[in-house]
Amino acid sequence: MAETELYKLTETMCGEIDQWIAKFPPERKQSALLASLHIVQKETGWLSTAQLNAVADYLGLAYVTVYEVATFYSMYDLQPVGRHKVHLCNNISCMLNGSEKLSEHVKAKLGVEFGATTTDGKFTLKHAECLAACAGAPAAQIDGVHYENLTPEKIDKILDNLD
Amino acid sequence: MTNVCYRTLQFDEPWTLEAYESVGGYQVLRRIMQEKTPCDQIINELKEASLRGRGGAGFPTGVKWSFMTSASQGAKYVVCNADESEPGTCKDRDILRYNPHQLIEGMIIAGYAMGCTSGYIYIRGEFTEPFARVETALQQAKAAGLVGSNILESGFDFQLETAIGAGAYICGEETALLNSLEGKKGFPRFKPPFPANVGLYGRPTTVNNVETLASVPVILEKGAKWFLELGKPNNGGTKIFSVTGHVNKPGNYEVPLGIPFKELLELAGGVRNGNKLKAVIPGGSSMPVLPAEIIMETDMDYDSLMKAGSMLGTAAVIVMDETTCMVKALECISKFYMEESCGQCTPCREGTGWLHRVIHRIENGQGKPEDLDNLVRVAKNIEGRTICALGEAAAWPVGAFMKHFRDEFAYHIQHKKCLVG
Repeated sequence: MAETELYKLTETMCGEIDQWIAKFPPERKQSALLASLHIVQKETGWLSTAQLNAVADYLGLAYVTVYEVATFYSMYDLQPVGRHKVHLCNNISCMLNGSEKLSEHVKAKLGVEFGATTTDGKFTLKHAECLAACAGAPAAQIDGVHYENLTPEKIDKILDNLD
Repeated sequence: MTNVCYRTLQFDEPWTLEAYESVGGYQVLRRIMQEKTPCDQIINELKEASLRGRGGAGFPTGVKWSFMTSASQGAKYVVCNADESEPGTCKDRDILRYNPHQLIEGMIIAGYAMGCTSGYIYIRGEFTEPFARVETALQQAKAAGLVGSNILESGFDFQLETAIGAGAYICGEETALLNSLEGKKGFPRFKPPFPANVGLYGRPTTVNNVETLASVPVILEKGAKWFLELGKPNNGGTKIFSVTGHVNKPGNYEVPLGIPFKELLELAGGVRNGNKLKAVIPGGSSMPVLPAEIIMETDMDYDSLMKAGSMLGTAAVIVMDETTCMVKALECISKFYMEESCGQCTPCREGTGWLHRVIHRIENGQGKPEDLDNLVRVAKNIEGRTICALGEAAAWPVGAFMKHFRDEFAYHIQHKKCLVG
């Protein structure tokens, strides 16, 4: 990690991170770490090592502390991703309501397996663990928005409308 | 249906302060602040109401709160667990989206009753819309002087903030949640010490589920007796059942505890396509599955389900009809616990992988006759040998599927295909 380029957090990012820091006791800045990573990840959809280091510096944390958190939680992407993140749930309630068929459909439509990004850099397809939308199974989360009662036709429409 | 946590649902915009106040929202808080109700009185009311934790464990809420009252001076915390992620469970998301003010009122009252200085609502990272609703509601409550310093001129100070997760089922475990709230990875902590003694930042802390906290204002408004009698002794009140899977009308049903399963199934429109019921997981995917003939004779409350060989858990009722392959169902469940094991304890980290791989090979026609005993053995070797209950969550489904549907697994191994479908 020694070769990492420098990255500077934007003013907007710092402003948003400061709001999170203010929620916690002054000596507990680390509590703002998860939110800070979400804020920085908004920029490109994923977190580079340089960005992780910048967050660590800003919060006064050891780099390893930030790496440990960034690698633990599933919502942080540490590799480049497509412009749109498509997360399909395949847990029990969704599975009982046809999520496998839906998954096959989306894989074929996008031409990628789960965990991969389309060659045009438009979509990254991933599994979601239970989204707590089980009454609307099968469910998916696309760019942070929940979609429920999905059918191949419905998800086609959603994906086709993304630029 | 009797709406306790969902009492604003009839409005077009049920999440607003106006909607909540129109059903009597914040009146209980106003009364408590004005009368300076003794903390013991509030806690006793919850004990008499027999409110039990709605997050899965079913621990009596009043008793949990009473652990805090003798704790030392200084910072004390109440934390709301809004990390809903047990497969099948989608009830808290609707409280957060549609009635966030009731959760906030419940938290302020909890803070007052336990002598807390601050509270946090820890919301899972995927909950974009619920987070925004709670945040907006919290700002409204702050502007109205209901949260913060000197609440309603009472002299009581209570700071309340939202916090956010980032994708980890384990953070629904209360001590993992506290670590996550401290900005760490979500590893569960050893208990004891319990959070009531050593919790957030090492200070006394109580963690309660969304539905538990949102029930509090209504219990205190209408009385412990009213709430208790909605349900049955030791199982007070209503419960939100997330009924999903093979039913005609999946949804969240807030109904009295102790409702016969048959009636709940009717509310959810019955089994889809008029199919025959095969099995039901009554409390979220970690709870033991029950075959149709048992669940059809069972009432839906903590004690009845325990007697029937399962548990109420989060009251996520996963319905499976006759077309369901039980091997496939268990494969799906076991994959989840393998993915979500945090990796801290060896029996769970390694065992959940073994369970999934063995079930996966049975499902794919490569099972061996000895696999059935091996599954039971591996599950037994996880159970009780881990820091937190994820070990049990992974082991119990395997034990129950083997107990009730062993023949179907054996058929799969012998014939390399499903008994059904």
